[in-house]
Amino acid sequence: MLAEIGQFSLIVALLIAVIQVTLPMIGATRGKRSWMAVGIPAGRAQFIFVAVAFGCLAYLFVTNDFSVLNVASNSNSQLPVHYRLAATWGSHEGSLLLWTLILGFWTLAVTLFSGHLPKEMVARVLSVMGSISVGFLLFLLLTSNPFIRLSSPPSDGGDLNPLLQDPAMVLHPPMLYMGYVGFSVAFAFAISALIGGRLDANWARWSRPWTTVAWTFLTGGIALGSFWAYYELGWGGWWFWDPVENASFMPWLVSTALIHSLAVTEKRGAFKSWTVLLAIAAFSLSLLGTFLVRSGVLTSVHAFATDPKRGIFILCFLGIVIGGSLLLYAWRAKQVGLGGNFDLVSRESFLLTNNVLLAVAAASVLLGTLYPLFIEVLGMGKLSVGPPYFNTIFVAVMVPAMFLLGVGPTARWKKASLPELAVRLRWAFAASAIAGIVIPFLVSGWKPRVSLGLSLALWIVITAAVSLWERLKNGMGPQPRSYYGMQLAHVGVAVLIAGITLVTGYQAEKDVRMDIGDTVNLGGYDFRFNGVTEVAGANYLAGRAEIEIIRNGRMVRTMYPEKRVYNASGNALTETAIDSGLFRDLYLSLGEPVGQNRAWSVRVHYKPFVDWIWAGAVLMMIGGGLAASGRRYVKPAGKQRKVES
Amino acid sequence: MRFAIPFVIFLLLVVFLAAGLLYDPHEVPSPLINKPAPAFQLAQLHEPGKTFSPQEMRGQVWLLNTWASWCVSCLEEHLVLADLARSGDVPIYGLNYKDKRENALALLRELGNPYVLSVLDTDGRVGIDYGVYGVPETYLIDKNGLIRFKQIGPVTREILDKTILPMVTELNQ
Amino acid sequence: MKRLAVVLAIFSCFRLFASDNRELEKRVMALSRQLRCLVCQNETLADSQAELAADLREQIREQMKAGRNDKEIVAFLTDRYGDFVLYRPPLKPRTYVLWFGPFLLLGGGLFALYRSLKRLGS
Repeated sequence: MLAEIGQFSLIVALLIAVIQVTLPMIGATRGKRSWMAVGIPAGRAQFIFVAVAFGCLAYLFVTNDFSVLNVASNSNSQLPVHYRLAATWGSHEGSLLLWTLILGFWTLAVTLFSGHLPKEMVARVLSVMGSISVGFLLFLLLTSNPFIRLSSPPSDGGDLNPLLQDPAMVLHPPMLYMGYVGFSVAFAFAISALIGGRLDANWARWSRPWTTVAWTFLTGGIALGSFWAYYELGWGGWWFWDPVENASFMPWLVSTALIHSLAVTEKRGAFKSWTVLLAIAAFSLSLLGTFLVRSGVLTSVHAFATDPKRGIFILCFLGIVIGGSLLLYAWRAKQVGLGGNFDLVSRESFLLTNNVLLAVAAASVLLGTLYPLFIEVLGMGKLSVGPPYFNTIFVAVMVPAMFLLGVGPTARWKKASLPELAVRLRWAFAASAIAGIVIPFLVSGWKPRVSLGLSLALWIVITAAVSLWERLKNGMGPQPRSYYGMQLAHVGVAVLIAGITLVTGYQAEKDVRMDIGDTVNLGGYDFRFNGVTEVAGANYLAGRAEIEIIRNGRMVRTMYPEKRVYNASGNALTETAIDSGLFRDLYLSLGEPVGQNRAWSVRVHYKPFVDWIWAGAVLMMIGGGLAASGRRYVKPAGKQRKVES
Repeated sequence: MRFAIPFVIFLLLVVFLAAGLLYDPHEVPSPLINKPAPAFQLAQLHEPGKTFSPQEMRGQVWLLNTWASWCVSCLEEHLVLADLARSGDVPIYGLNYKDKRENALALLRELGNPYVLSVLDTDGRVGIDYGVYGVPETYLIDKNGLIRFKQIGPVTREILDKTILPMVTELNQ
Repeated sequence: MKRLAVVLAIFSCFRLFASDNRELEKRVMALSRQLRCLVCQNETLADSQAELAADLREQIREQMKAGRNDKEIVAFLTDRYGDFVLYRPPLKPRTYVLWFGPFLLLGGGLFALYRSLKRLGS
């Protein structure tokens, strides 16, 4: 019954979405108030029906209804209830339904928080978002229906992929989608503006909080994915430049550029067409990412549904949405206007330079990700583009950007002077350069890359402090929340860079066969292996090792890395044991039994400062949240504020 | 008109992505096409006292098929190979890859032997020389000992009729 | 325990440990880390426990023992499996766009920005 209700709900949602697309847009063109007003109730109703459908699917999973194909393929009665719930979005179909639900949620948010916007704009925005909803609902109903029933249901299900039976993996898709889908709002604002043929500074001001919130979620989603890969996959790595990781990283880079570009457009009414292009690009890359993951076009860890039929549908959808918006852009961007007045050397120009760097970084990631495809289609053979390429190019492009991160916030709006900046920042430069050279010696020995990374990280932090000190000294009073948000986010970047630099420079690992009682030494710690015992979990059987960590003769902690085999699927999985610390992680991974007498292969990693990577991401998220919640946005629009920030 | 540039770039991208849907990202094409088939001298499966080397096949067009008793996909192509062997269009020689002799013999006894003869590549070294990464893989080798075509995965009737046999005819002229 | 071990051996894609010579092993692993496994294509040759990966690591080990350098061993592998095994795309005419593209893009972008800013100012 519920599956049928769920499917019916989706059909109703689709019909409502069609209304949401057509009436408001026509109304805005013809000036019909009543038609424009339809957008709001339509958007809300569409969300409700999608939510009902999602609720139905979730209920089917929690109650183990194996007559539904999706439940039978992705769940199991032995699965703990919270993972049965998470299995709702553990498959291609379920995650698409989640995507559609979150789109409905953002639509609802727009209907609730747009009271101060012109009616034509709201109507167009809802119409554009509705068109995305239509696309996804059609995709669900035509090719990826989660509610298909089985004629002869099995007694039990196939189980949720053990890799997904994990808290971080449960949160990762929702957070990621909150980001991806959130950019549809900025996208819709941009399309609206192009259609309306008018773009002023207000447009930028309205778009900013939506974009910042979406960016915050995306940052969290990516960080979660990276963190999960680190503690779950057992290799100690946290970023592989895998196509699917890149698919999430590109929108992140572009949306970071967008946030900063919106600042310039709001401030000066300048570079509007560039900002609009970025808004289109950010969401387009989100959609492109969705395509890449589900079409089987690229070799990737993530292989979702590798079904060419689905690939064709998404590609057509991409073609219409992105192609349509870029055509609109080609036609209307000129009308959107130039405007704005600022010097060649000014905060605006520094922001825009960073925009170029971020855009080039995103383009390079796209190039590297798709290059194997290009070469193959052109008949030039088959090659791989892996971490060595991405690390080289990305770092090369980002180093100048990180340097500018220190200069930009300190520079004056509209007109800045390089000599003056040099004077104000000379001590910051000296301090970060010297500390960057000295610190590596104190840690573990000098390495040029560590020096560079640390110098940049310190540069960002010290210049932020200088900027804050100058403001307080000049009696500018308490700073707006958005200022602290910005500084915190930038400091988060610095912490991230420091973590990456130090762990990459000084990490160590040992891969050894250990008999009972054997000890291995790494990073100043001794690790003693006390054997492996068999342990049964809720839905798995595990070999659990006991390893003692000893430092200076004193026992620090006992760790229990496991090798699990899940009952339903027979899949094997490594559960690493990690001792986290502010300054280092000790990371243990159990390999295989070796030989006859109960010896196992064990991998021990020493990871200095690795948690700073995710701490940095958390700081960025807090910064983003602060910036989005600033007074200038929460208070309704009145006169344009003159407060600098 | 520079505002049209993003659209044009996107169009190109879509063309490539559409083409990409036709390809299998896991398939690794061989760099050995039109290059000499790597030399080897291995013991024969049925007569271990004798050896076989590709050199002996100079002047003939032939197929080298990698197979193993543990290989499930190989069963898929077995019927096709059996038909081919019966028709005599092109001789098939087997490279028994990382297998045990008893198991290999047992399989051929049970399912029939489409091969003129098979050689034992027990440690897989010759397989590596041929760029084997997933049995079954089949190589079409011409009169001069050059590899002209490699089929990755089971040989289907369609591939045989549409690609392999026409090439055999061409190479035999 | 035995059941666990057998199932693990069949289903796991994690690699088995090393040999005796520590230094040689380090070299083998360092090189293997830069190469793609052809069976478990999302793993490096170092991490994969596919049989072919073990065979190829053995090949690498033997060749290193025989005194060959990294470049020669990589050539051995690319001759047989193509450039697909390399995570670092080699610099060849067909990868010029890949390696130089970003820098050309950067130069072009910065130049375009400069022009726009100048136009704005005037």
